[in-house]
Amino acid sequence: MTTAVLLEQVSRHFGPIKALDRIDLTVAPGEFFAMLGPSGSGKTTCLRLIAGFEQPTAGRIEIFGEGVAGVPPYRRNVNTVFQDYALFPHMNVLENVWYPLMLKKVDKATQRREAEAALELVKLGGYGGRRPGELSGGQRQRVALARAIINKPKVLLLDEPLGALDLKLREQMQEELKALQKTLGITFIFVTHDQGEALSMADRVAVFDQGRIMQVGTPEDIYQRPQSRFVADFVGSSNIMPPAFVERIIGEKRWASLRPEAIRVGAAGSAAAPLTGTVVARSYLGSTTRLAIDLDGTRINAAVPSGDDVPAEGARVTLDFTRDALHLMENGG
Amino acid sequence: MSMAEATAGAVLANRRGWTGALSDYFWRQPRTFVFLLLLPAALWLGIVYLGSLFALLLQSFFAIDEFSGVVDRSQLTLKTYAELLKPQNLDIIVRTVVMAASVTIASALIAFPIAYVAARYARGKWKALFYLGVMLPLWSSYLVKVYAWKLILAKEGILNWVFAQLHLTFVLDALLALPVVGGNSLSISYIGTFLVFVYIWLPYMVLPIQAAVERVPTNLLDASADLGATPLQTFWKVIFPLALPGIVAGSIFTFSLTLGDYIIPNIIGTSAFFIGQAVYSHQGTAGNIPLAAAFTVVPIVIMGFYLWMAKRQGAFDAL
Repeated sequence: MTTAVLLEQVSRHFGPIKALDRIDLTVAPGEFFAMLGPSGSGKTTCLRLIAGFEQPTAGRIEIFGEGVAGVPPYRRNVNTVFQDYALFPHMNVLENVWYPLMLKKVDKATQRREAEAALELVKLGGYGGRRPGELSGGQRQRVALARAIINKPKVLLLDEPLGALDLKLREQMQEELKALQKTLGITFIFVTHDQGEALSMADRVAVFDQGRIMQVGTPEDIYQRPQSRFVADFVGSSNIMPPAFVERIIGEKRWASLRPEAIRVGAAGSAAAPLTGTVVARSYLGSTTRLAIDLDGTRINAAVPSGDDVPAEGARVTLDFTRDALHLMENGG
Repeated sequence: MSMAEATAGAVLANRRGWTGALSDYFWRQPRTFVFLLLLPAALWLGIVYLGSLFALLLQSFFAIDEFSGVVDRSQLTLKTYAELLKPQNLDIIVRTVVMAASVTIASALIAFPIAYVAARYARGKWKALFYLGVMLPLWSSYLVKVYAWKLILAKEGILNWVFAQLHLTFVLDALLALPVVGGNSLSISYIGTFLVFVYIWLPYMVLPIQAAVERVPTNLLDASADLGATPLQTFWKVIFPLALPGIVAGSIFTFSLTLGDYIIPNIIGTSAFFIGQAVYSHQGTAGNIPLAAAFTVVPIVIMGFYLWMAKRQGAFDAL
């Protein structure tokens, strides 16, 4: 089986800065792949290497089995949806969308038909005559998307595509992007710093930090079984338990992560629970309430269902969780 | 936080006297502030410039007694404009417009690569060097530069010498043998006038183009390449249309400056008049103020037409 995108020991250095440091990565055809990480972690550089805007300092990149060393962006069958959309301000929406076809000197009638079809696909039919400046952020996003898929690329790259949209629109676009990806069957690789977005949309996620890939896996893998403190911390709001603490509970001196929602909080003295702490802060989050609990100097976050029986600040509480919920990590880094 | 601040009321007292009161007033009346800022310019433009322009226009409608040379202000006439269309005057206009257009096109062709490199590639000290290189000629006297060119272009000048050393004198001779634009030597031919015009006005073309190219976001170029455009296609479809307002701005400078200049063609080139020289001689030695005024109207009309055309072609759409 071929891979859609293959990165082998790829590095990209900017002077002394290692934006990417010996990355290995494979993306399968038709996959919805997310590159997740904080800003400056190298995820956007990785995307730009695949698009061809940057050349790797070392290593090999293949797209559908073909090496792309020294191949300029305009000869790669890969298209990008840019973070700030990069629509051409001097062209209207239709002209923007048929730009790739115009470059290929496709006849005018086909250009128009395909561009209108692409606009229909992103639910912007009838907006062809507008200028990008007259559109809202969400609409510009859709134009950028239509323009990027009109060429039917082998791989579609999306750089923080939803970053500039408000929450409601973002959720809607997440669903539409997923649906669009299913319709087109194109490999999608998208970059985001929003872990919720990565987990909800992607088939697989690569977590980046400081130019390295920390972990690659399905959203469940990443969320339930983080391999390092960084991943546990970055994806969601896990409690990172230091080895001394873990030893007290299971007798093994290892780092471990514990999801806030896996913790049951009870009134003090109700059971023979081994852990007792004090609620130091309480934040209402809608369906759940987050409690910050001080446990002999270790601070633990617990998410409990909102309701009347949520302990107040200053209350003494017991903490309980199953042995399985405590996920031991392979490295403490 | 000090105690004094901690005990202050919700509204802080004005501690700056009348300047504070003035600031408060301007904050409440931003329109007044803008009006005051614009007042000197408005007075200058409105009264001194437009007023004198109007007076000049009026002059062009006054009749002149051809025999005595006395200007008759009692009635308005279009006779002076009819005179503009006489062959010898029309010649001057055509000559000037053709020169201005050639200078503009040549300046744009020379300036674009310089401006492009400066905007897209030059960084740090290279950028400083670019600005210095473009601006430096503007720091020295215009007259000195023009006279320097007269020496460079003269038959005994350095240019002739260089061509001779390179055994390329025949190229220069062929150039000078061209009808109309050629002549005895570069310093007394239209080619010479043209070269000096291009040299003198070039910075006014480079700077606006550089500013326009610099304003084209890099990600548009990335996007264009990403969508399949070769660098040449990106240039014609993205960079050039977005840089066009800069080129038009530059051409307004080079075109109008050439239309109005009377010193360069006076020092370098043939004895045939350009509009500026015609205005100069008619208002001076010839004493024909109405005709001088009518000549002055010509560049204004041409520039108005030029701007109107540029606007129609969408040159300002990307502003």
